[in-house]
Amino acid sequence: MKRLALILTLLAAPLWAVQPDEVLGDPVLEERARELSKGLRCLVCRNESIDESNASLARDLRLLVRERLVAGDSDKEAMDFIVARYGEYVLLKPDVTGANWLLWAAGPLMLLVAGGVGFAYLRRRQTAKAPTEAPLSTDEQARLDEILRR
Amino acid sequence: MINELGHFALILAFLVAIVQMVVPLIGAQKRWPSWMAVAEPAAGAQFALTAVSFGALMWAFIVSDFSLRLVVLNSHSAKPMLYKISGTWGNHEGSMLLWVLIVTLFGAMAAWFGGNLPPTLRARVLAVQSAIAVAFFAFIIFTSNPFLRMATPPFDGQDLNPLLQDPGLAFHPPFLYLGYVGLSMAFSFAVAALIEGRVDAAWGRWVRPWTLAAWIFLTIGIALGSWWAYYELGWGGFWFWDPVENASFMPWLLAAALLHSAIVVEKRESLKSWTILLAILAFGFSLIGTFIVRSGLLTSVHAFANDPERGVFILAIMAFFMGGALILFSLRAGVMEAKGVFGIVSRESALIVNNVLLAVACFVVFVGTMWPLVAEMFFDRKLSVGPPFFNAAFTPFMVALGLILPIGSVLPWKRARLSRAIKPLRFAFVLALAVAGLAWTVQTGRSLLGPMGMFLGVWLIMGVIVELAQRTGRGGDRLGRLMRLPRADWGKAVAHAGLGVTMAGIAGLTAWTVDDIRVAQVDQPWTVGSYELTLNSVEEQQGPNYVSTMANLTLSRGGELVAEMTPEKRFYPVARMPTTEAAIDYNLARDVYVVIGDQQSNGGWTVRTYIKPLTNWIWIGCALMALGGLLSLSDRRFRVAAGARKAAAVPAE
Repeated sequence: MKRLALILTLLAAPLWAVQPDEVLGDPVLEERARELSKGLRCLVCRNESIDESNASLARDLRLLVRERLVAGDSDKEAMDFIVARYGEYVLLKPDVTGANWLLWAAGPLMLLVAGGVGFAYLRRRQTAKAPTEAPLSTDEQARLDEILRR
Repeated sequence: MINELGHFALILAFLVAIVQMVVPLIGAQKRWPSWMAVAEPAAGAQFALTAVSFGALMWAFIVSDFSLRLVVLNSHSAKPMLYKISGTWGNHEGSMLLWVLIVTLFGAMAAWFGGNLPPTLRARVLAVQSAIAVAFFAFIIFTSNPFLRMATPPFDGQDLNPLLQDPGLAFHPPFLYLGYVGLSMAFSFAVAALIEGRVDAAWGRWVRPWTLAAWIFLTIGIALGSWWAYYELGWGGFWFWDPVENASFMPWLLAAALLHSAIVVEKRESLKSWTILLAILAFGFSLIGTFIVRSGLLTSVHAFANDPERGVFILAIMAFFMGGALILFSLRAGVMEAKGVFGIVSRESALIVNNVLLAVACFVVFVGTMWPLVAEMFFDRKLSVGPPFFNAAFTPFMVALGLILPIGSVLPWKRARLSRAIKPLRFAFVLALAVAGLAWTVQTGRSLLGPMGMFLGVWLIMGVIVELAQRTGRGGDRLGRLMRLPRADWGKAVAHAGLGVTMAGIAGLTAWTVDDIRVAQVDQPWTVGSYELTLNSVEEQQGPNYVSTMANLTLSRGGELVAEMTPEKRFYPVARMPTTEAAIDYNLARDVYVVIGDQQSNGGWTVRTYIKPLTNWIWIGCALMALGGLLSLSDRRFRVAAGARKAAAVPAE
């Protein structure tokens, strides 16, 4: 009955949320909750954030995020709270700790390497001498004659 | 009986493939024409036998032959005919048979259209292609035989996964496979060239159409899959950075790089060893894709057959082909010296930048996809790498690519003066900046993504227009000259414009989506953005193999009716799975996307509404890219090459 009452009160004001009954009254908090939800993984789904998922576990997590925000946590505190309970597996965007810097640096490092190799190649090509054409091998000469005879 | 014929044809094809793998290779080494000549009829026979086998399996699905285990597990007599047919490849065994069918199809095509190749190269290409087929025939016959019978056939089947029962998805796997496997041709050419010890402009010209065809199919396949995800999964995302999506995206990126670097080989006889390496890697990523999907190593929606034994088998295939090709590469790469000489600022160098960006972008996707596995194995951390990572780490490369593309494509070959080359582009740049500024002022306080995407879109499209205008010269019959441009140039223009359209679409959708989620009561209108929606009714309906809860909504704007919308929630009793069918009002400016949810205790229904600007541009852009590829494929120089084959077929006096 309490829930029904909640839904009815919420109907009065148009709100943005995942399930109508989860929405927080404070639009600022709700906006923050949705931003956080987008970075949290639904644990039973495949690469889906809890913001997108229909699973009941995702709903529990969404409610938990909102609970923490209502309790006055900052975004970081709320995230830390959830990571402490569910492990870093819930983070869709892995943080840059420990070996994870390899993941984040992989692209830029590879770009430097590839860019360096590419540039070195360009320098070589710029100064290279155009090769003199090698004479045709006997095979090639035979094939050329065959083509010309046609 | 038909099943046994199919089974028998499959085994025969396996044997033919073994012959085709060995005999022409020896023939090419020893220069025995008769041994080399085995390849051509063998390739045709192999394809015909595999086609018979695949046809037999499809027939079993069409007539719902429940004595076949595969049909029982994946079909149902009440399923619509289209999905009975697509059910043939909607499962592990059938999809592997489709895979190998396409391998043999490409092999046969190389035999039929390869008349102008030097005989030794042709024999080697066909032998390598056949080696790939042998590996996958063995995989099918020994670990995933589709023709296994049931001891006691049941009365009905267990139905296909309802999510897969959709026209968009029915044709997604064949296109994707045509793309994946098309890259096997590039691989075969690369390995054959390494064995031959020779890569020249002609090689670049032969390998390019195959790469181009593979890239076109991949583009279409990926676009179909993404479109399907958009309308079927119920919240309007178009790309999830799911391991399996990445598995198809990585070969696409490398194929795009390959078809550009093959141009340098063809026109300038440079970048040879890199192109060979790319050809090997591109097919390697196709195999990795197959491995990821088939082994269920990285769990995903697509992994309908998770089986460690099969995973190990594919891993072995991958290790053999990649290892073998890379060893061969390291032995022979030194032989291929570049010939062209060019400056730091030139078309060649722009294409090298293109290759660096595409290859590194592919590397980022690869690292992101594999990282959860690496972290768990080596660092004992169980973590996820999701869309936020990819969006942050991958997007900069595509932005850089978009920025340099119009400049690179107007640069002349050999050496260029940058200031002179980019002068005509200044109008494009100013216009793009203006559009981005407009987007910036219209939106308030949102991400930079939207204006950036608009800038790139306009910059790319205007760049194409400027380039075409330049190609027509000054005065006189400019229109005529435009029309007479080679098709390859038109292909380039259309594909590059398509990329711009797609970028604008992605930015529009990502940056400016408006969503609304609420409990709607019948006949109580509400507004989302500038639209007004009314829920008219919700009814239960009976479909062919599902029950549906169908809502009827009216979408209007400023009091004028825009569309009647009927979002559905379906339930498939046999598979016991629900699906959502979104109702989408499509147009060029935006999509209105409505999903119906559960009934609430007060009698209202959960309704989600999204307004998604520019969404269709994503797929229009993909279609343009594919069309561009097709135009380029039909260019005269490839057609002339095909014509030469016909001329050669006439016996010489």
